[in-house]
Amino acid sequence: MKIREIVPLLEAEILCCEDELDVEVYNACGSDMMSDVLAFVKDQTALLTGLVNPQVIRTAMMVDMRCIVFVRGKHPTPEMIALAEENRIVLLSTGLRMYEACGRLYVSHLAKEG
Amino acid sequence: MDEALKFHFVIDGDNFTSAGEASVEVKKKLRQLGFPPDVIRRVSIAMYEGEINMVIHARGGVADVLVYPDRIVIILEDHGPGIEDIDLAMQEGYSTAPDSVRALGFGAGMGLPNMKRYTEEMHIESTLGVGTTITMVVNVQ
Ligand SMILES: Nc1ncnc2c1ncn2[C@@H]1O[C@H](COP(=O)(O)OP(=O)(O)O)[C@@H](O)[C@H]1O
Ligand SMILES: [Mg+2]
Repeated sequence: MKIREIVPLLEAEILCCEDELDVEVYNACGSDMMSDVLAFVKDQTALLTGLVNPQVIRTAMMVDMRCIVFVRGKHPTPEMIALAEENRIVLLSTGLRMYEACGRLYVSHLAKEG
Repeated sequence: MDEALKFHFVIDGDNFTSAGEASVEVKKKLRQLGFPPDVIRRVSIAMYEGEINMVIHARGGVADVLVYPDRIVIILEDHGPGIEDIDLAMQEGYSTAPDSVRALGFGAGMGLPNMKRYTEEMHIESTLGVGTTITMVVNVQ
């Protein structure tokens, strides 16, 4: 699925790297614990999280992820947006809760991580 | 032993926000040197977990990375409290981190297991009240 397709599915707002929306993601991972993300996730995974601090962006950088979705209407700080911008990571924000955001991606056949 | 490229970093123990910057730097260097993406990812994840641990458990420390053509060696040294029971610390889910750290997305007790998962070799030397040195080796296949 292209990141572009995630936007309407999650009624998400695009926060940066709009020119990277055609990047493909093959699965998604929802977590607020960064070590869990680092344990199992591969590149081309979208990360859904309610956690807001620069380590979220750095975790994505470590595994070469290209898309982070902040759930429950959370917004990253300008510092986080700058870091994501520099590393070509698309940041999205959705008002949906984690459960529903993951559920919508799951039923639209974005495979689960693992 | 063949010549190694050496990188040295000081990890600031008072700044959670900047934790991980050394790992990012190593990742960039390894990319410039043309190492395979899988090797780069394993090195950077292992070092990142170690860097975070030094900040949340040990008031910072130093990191040295030795880059050989066939392997990358990461040495993390701190003068924190030390690890009382290394076998216990290595278990998935074991953590002494306070809730304040868990609220920052770490402290799930998966850091040391991740470091082991992504490296070929990992040695922990730790003395209570003196500090901890962790050496990890990632082979370049
Ligand atoms: N550098 C260190 N200095 C002192 N204690 C450490 C260090 N690294 C890890 N530990 C101990 O080992 C435990 C497990 O570490 P880890 O698996 O990374 O989990 P977490 O960091 O989530 O607690 C920590 O909770 C801590 O008690
Ligand atoms: Mg840890």
